[in-house]
Amino acid sequence: MNIQSSDNIDSAGVDLPTENSREKEFEPVLIGFFCKWCTSAAADLAGTTRLQYPPNIRPIQVTCSSSVDPVYVIRALLSGADGVIVGGCPPGDCHYGSGNLIARRRLAVLKTTLKALGLDEDRVWVRWISAAEGPKFARTMREFTEAMKKKGPSPFKNSWSV
Amino acid sequence: MKSAWLEVKDGEIEASINLFLQKMLEEKLVDAVLVPAELPNKSDIAPTLITEPGILAQARPLAPVMPVSMARVVSRLTRVAPSQRKIAVLLRPCDLRSLVELVKLKQASLDNLLLISLDCYGTYSPADYREFCQDTPNPTDEFLRRVKDGDELNLREACQVCEYFVPQNADLVIGLLGVDVEKGVLLQAMTAQGEDVLAKLNLPGAEAEDRGAAIASLLAHRVESKERLFERVKKEMSGRDNLLDIFAACTSCYNCVEACPVCYCKECFLKSPAFEWEAEKYLDMAEKKGALRMPADTLLFHLTRLNHVGLSCTGCGLCQDACPSGIPLLPLFRHTGDEVQALFDYVPGRDLEEEPPLTMFDENELSWVG
Ligand code: SF4
Ligand code: SF4
Repeated sequence: MNIQSSDNIDSAGVDLPTENSREKEFEPVLIGFFCKWCTSAAADLAGTTRLQYPPNIRPIQVTCSSSVDPVYVIRALLSGADGVIVGGCPPGDCHYGSGNLIARRRLAVLKTTLKALGLDEDRVWVRWISAAEGPKFARTMREFTEAMKKKGPSPFKNSWSV
Repeated sequence: MKSAWLEVKDGEIEASINLFLQKMLEEKLVDAVLVPAELPNKSDIAPTLITEPGILAQARPLAPVMPVSMARVVSRLTRVAPSQRKIAVLLRPCDLRSLVELVKLKQASLDNLLLISLDCYGTYSPADYREFCQDTPNPTDEFLRRVKDGDELNLREACQVCEYFVPQNADLVIGLLGVDVEKGVLLQAMTAQGEDVLAKLNLPGAEAEDRGAAIASLLAHRVESKERLFERVKKEMSGRDNLLDIFAACTSCYNCVEACPVCYCKECFLKSPAFEWEAEKYLDMAEKKGALRMPADTLLFHLTRLNHVGLSCTGCGLCQDACPSGIPLLPLFRHTGDEVQALFDYVPGRDLEEEPPLTMFDENELSWVG
């Protein structure tokens, strides 16, 4: 698959390694916004228990899934990220009571907005992964990476007129 | 609820409404009337807070133009502190819905307001209205006659596709649809406060007219136009290429934000330093894609605004009127708005008691999200 030398993105100041081989299989650039109380902890657990998951995800720790303003998700997509995944505590288990339920409404609106505008809402995933679910974290990241690989590069990858 | 009849004399339809407003002020049922009025330059119309009954002769409650949002004006009037005195506010149905949204968002207060709205046949853009006035001596009444004859009259796109032309949440409704306006205008009380006004002014009662057929036929027409517009949005205005084409003309002037009644944030996130960087960062961004359009983040601004106001967008179209670049904002906002509102079966401005969807939640919902 054809990949460009410029598909690293800069959302939230993360510096990403530049892909520079045109021959390699397409490696999606994926951004994860993970709640520190659950999904981030699950990522750590996956790491310490040596569970394998693809390195495509650039994790960004957030205080709660409800602190992910859609503007940051949109910005990642327009900057050329191939997918964005938001990870929060399972409904009913929010550290702050109901942040994840508010986040779910917000992200439902975001996905619906993208769809209404003819943009690919399936490049935005939302998953509830508790601190104890290291294996689920690893599995979800594999699934997400595979799905985004199948989709191919984001149409915004080289759009400089955004 | 009761209805009164405002008799029309010498074919002067709007004057009959002004007379009623004047009477309310003279009898001290209200201390002021906030209504669109003709300015002393004799050509422009603006929301005007009138306390002197005589000046109500200049009121243009039916003028088919909406240069600014009356909902925004009411917010400006009542946000610092609710009104202590009684004010009658005359506004179009879309603006009334926007006002209800602003009240929910704690940006306006309805305390001591008497809300009067009207069956809305639609409005012109300010430029088209000026042109219409040039060759029409009595523009408002003439407009009503022509539109009642089924003339489409180049109305704003927002109005052509609006199915909320019968006011919701008004105390008094000026009924024009299905009414023979050469003879008189219907004044319907929708609340106890409205009834009180009719009773105190001792207005002649009106026969209950059957306006259902007139309303249904306009509704069918509007819904059909809306569906046609949505088809066009899906075909010609969506997807990356179309969106980039459409917003290529945007100069980031933010007029659309200033005009929008429900875009209420005091400080817009997108204008804040959160999206301002040092030159190095811009150069990095340019390098990644080979170039960077400046000022940066045009599409980010529009997608974020669509996402942010979609739930409360009343489809008034003021954003589109305000855009100096002629960007077709209304179709995009109307279509996106309809889709996100449907998620929660929410109609902005329908009911003051209905909480804005993003302020609440249900544990067992939206399982498709994730
Ligand atoms: S986005 Fe446009 S159509 Fe919607 S409420 Fe604001 S100004 Fe009106
Ligand atoms: S009014 Fe038009 S040009 Fe100005 S920011 Fe809005 S869309 Fe862009």
